[in-house]
Amino acid sequence: MKIEVNGETRAVTTERLDTALEELGWGDARVATALNGQFVPAAARAETSLAEGDRLEVLSAMQGG
Amino acid sequence: MRDFYGTTLDLPLMLGTARYSSPAVMAEAFERSGATVATVSLRREQGGGQAFWDMVRALGVHLLPNTAGCHSAREAITTAQMAREYFQTNWIKLEVIGHADTLQPDPFGLVEAAEALCGDGFEVFPYTTEDQVLAARLVEAGCRVLMPWGAPIGSGLGLNNLHGLRSLRAAFPDVAMVIDAGLGLPSHAAQALEMGFDAVLLNTAVAEAQDPAAMAEAFALATRAGAIAAAAGPMTARDMAVPSTPVIGKAWL
Repeated sequence: MKIEVNGETRAVTTERLDTALEELGWGDARVATALNGQFVPAAARAETSLAEGDRLEVLSAMQGG
Repeated sequence: MRDFYGTTLDLPLMLGTARYSSPAVMAEAFERSGATVATVSLRREQGGGQAFWDMVRALGVHLLPNTAGCHSAREAITTAQMAREYFQTNWIKLEVIGHADTLQPDPFGLVEAAEALCGDGFEVFPYTTEDQVLAARLVEAGCRVLMPWGAPIGSGLGLNNLHGLRSLRAAFPDVAMVIDAGLGLPSHAAQALEMGFDAVLLNTAVAEAQDPAAMAEAFALATRAGAIAAAAGPMTARDMAVPSTPVIGKAWL
């Protein structure tokens, strides 16, 4: 299935957010996630399912003013 | 002394972490100034997030995540929720930008987001203007800190509307206020503290100085001077000259 990850189209084989993050290389990474504009807490990733065309944002710390 | 959601700061200086020439230069600016709060943001993970997180934690200061770049309440709320989980703090520097050129806050989106976030347990630091009606709405929404701008973000112009800022300070004596944005020189920071503001937040003035660590130290000294002056009770300015040396006893020559 294809989803949009940080603005880029990526293919994942799983329908669960936690395992999708592992596939995408963020298995152990400290990241914050939002799906289709809604925050998904880390604890809710295992129960969050993905669908074709979903927009996933994976964020982490950055410099800021 | 007014606090920031129960936290008192040893030095009323909040410093941004962006625009430095290197991470080492940033760390030196924090070390030399003794700034007590660092602003940070969340962006799409591109491999450097963990290293930056480790670095800002090592600074040993309070972290204030922002919602920079958000142009709607919805975007800002989602960003704040993500930041709370990532940075493990209820503090959020709430920015809802209304105009891309002026980076002026969108007052309507700001109040909407502040209401939602205060209701959700956040400790909101709203980036706002000197508008008192807007300030009242933000306080009603649950904000116990306000961050009025001095001048547009990154402009370095200092305190653009002294009358407005003075009126705002006087109108909400119990609300902690941070002058956020637009400061260019340490004298601007000293002036803000002298006027009774509780802290300043700046980034570009330090990061883009030729010697950021030295400029950070200069801002630290200025905030300290301003805070001491405010507590000391400044004299009232007047239009006419008043001799400071006694007139009585002057020789008849």
